[in-house]
Amino acid sequence: MIKNLLEYLYSDLDEKRDRVAFSDINESLTFGDLYDISRAIGTELAHASFRREPVAIYMDRRPAMIAAFLGVLAGGCFYVPLDSTAPAGRVKAVLETAAPRVMICGRDNLKKAEELEFKGRVIVYEDMAGRCDSVDDEALAKIFDAQIDTDPAYIVFTSGSTGTPKGVVACHRSVIDYIENLSDILEVDKDTVFGNQSPFYFDACLKEIYPTLKFGASAWIVPREYFMFPVKLVEFLNEHRINTICWVGSALRMVLSLGTFKTVKPQYLRTVAFGSEVFPPEQLRLWKEAVPAGAMFINLYGPTEGTGMCCFYKVDREFEPNDHIPIGRPFKNCEVLLIGDDGREVEAGETGEIYVRGTCVTMGYFNNPEKTSDAYVQNPLNAAYPEILYRTGDLARRNERGELVFVSRRDYQIKHMGHRIELGEIEGVVSNIEGVEIAACVYDETADRIVLVYKGTARPASVNVSLKNTLPRYMLPGRTEKVEEMPFTPGGKIDRKGLKERYATAGV
Amino acid sequence: MEEYLDTVKEILRDLHPDEDIDECESLVSDGILDSYDIITIITQLADEFDAVITADRITPENFDSAQAIAELVDEILNG
Repeated sequence: MIKNLLEYLYSDLDEKRDRVAFSDINESLTFGDLYDISRAIGTELAHASFRREPVAIYMDRRPAMIAAFLGVLAGGCFYVPLDSTAPAGRVKAVLETAAPRVMICGRDNLKKAEELEFKGRVIVYEDMAGRCDSVDDEALAKIFDAQIDTDPAYIVFTSGSTGTPKGVVACHRSVIDYIENLSDILEVDKDTVFGNQSPFYFDACLKEIYPTLKFGASAWIVPREYFMFPVKLVEFLNEHRINTICWVGSALRMVLSLGTFKTVKPQYLRTVAFGSEVFPPEQLRLWKEAVPAGAMFINLYGPTEGTGMCCFYKVDREFEPNDHIPIGRPFKNCEVLLIGDDGREVEAGETGEIYVRGTCVTMGYFNNPEKTSDAYVQNPLNAAYPEILYRTGDLARRNERGELVFVSRRDYQIKHMGHRIELGEIEGVVSNIEGVEIAACVYDETADRIVLVYKGTARPASVNVSLKNTLPRYMLPGRTEKVEEMPFTPGGKIDRKGLKERYATAGV
Repeated sequence: MEEYLDTVKEILRDLHPDEDIDECESLVSDGILDSYDIITIITQLADEFDAVITADRITPENFDSAQAIAELVDEILNG
């Protein structure tokens, strides 16, 4: 039984050393490179006495960032990937919560990093990568031996309803459990060639990184801008013989909406996993027609707090346009409970809240005991001994085949462009803008956009400009409406339902 | 051509009020536009002019400036 994610890299290293593991259009790293660089970084951290603590990584999404992740693990620490494309204010909020003493920064990002006003030590990645001959094998062996599988591997940050991002802490054991089960489902082997779409500051990239290490497979990091130019994107898939993709539904939809398959079709795809968002059956049908016969389509579901994905459905039948593609059943070694308002399991066919039970449940929110105890709760069906489950806030039911079907959220959390967003976080930021009195956000599912409604003297254009400086691109409203009066319900709350009907209805 | 250019600029200004749309020649190469912007532009041009931009024409070069987008519309409609 393995206890540390590094064992995926170390196993059969002699056999895979010279093969390329991760590539993008600019650089490639072999398994041997990953080994050498990660141990150089681990040595540096060990010699500077950083240990069992968060290490921030401020790098662009490229193969080198994966070497940095592994370097942090080799040093017996846990990595905190930062979004190098986000405005400084947002990154600073993350740094405040994670409070790392050390940051690994790409040379290209050094200038931008100054804006973060980081007080700790900054290690330049490129300096480490050039120092692979000074590895302290003895120190690294000691660290490895002392590590246990419940030590954290990473913290990733997700949107928080009160305006502060929350850092989800995951340990090695949860990730190992996830990777073992996910690899079975995706049927990963050494011939797998992944095409990575997701950014590296989320758990989503676990799907490509660790199975690639485990099987000695390979992964291409698809440039972000190719997702705007779908013909180039599909040509890229074909050129590199990419056969496995795990993309958010919106990326798959974009390819379809621009009519790409009339010009070029993916030739090598054998596994297409989609998730994080509702994916309409009609679009699934068009994708199935475009890819080689026999390709497997999988719907994945899971919260970051459940390490990654924890439910899956392999498409095995046709769906009518208004059907919901189920999220299926839990991964092996995971159970999903549907709990009703009375704290008991719901009856067959009824809707309940998804509680996740298993090794996949992460450790909690970093430096945030209050939010942790709200969401990581005692199993409501067990009063006899401590057993922590994750309460997702997602509502689901079981269909007549016993498959889980996602119904909706309990709260104001939405999924947009593959990202999980608390509308409350955007509202909090808007309320701080000068000239804004009160603000509310609703989500227009049909047009796939966030609608911001506010009352105040500020002009919509200046509100938008100021949001651009504080929020990541995916959290920006697609429509901004200034109103004379904000509508309220008789109970005195903002009338979100009314706002939604008025401003978030397609075609208006 | 001019009439297309004005509409294109208007669409771009709506999407990015803080950018200097008239001068910018690196809308794609500098990462100003994202995939949702591209879809919005394509949909609005179809509504406005009945200009159907097929996938093979959706290239970085054709979207790097207001001028380039307007030329693309001109080429589609007037050959």
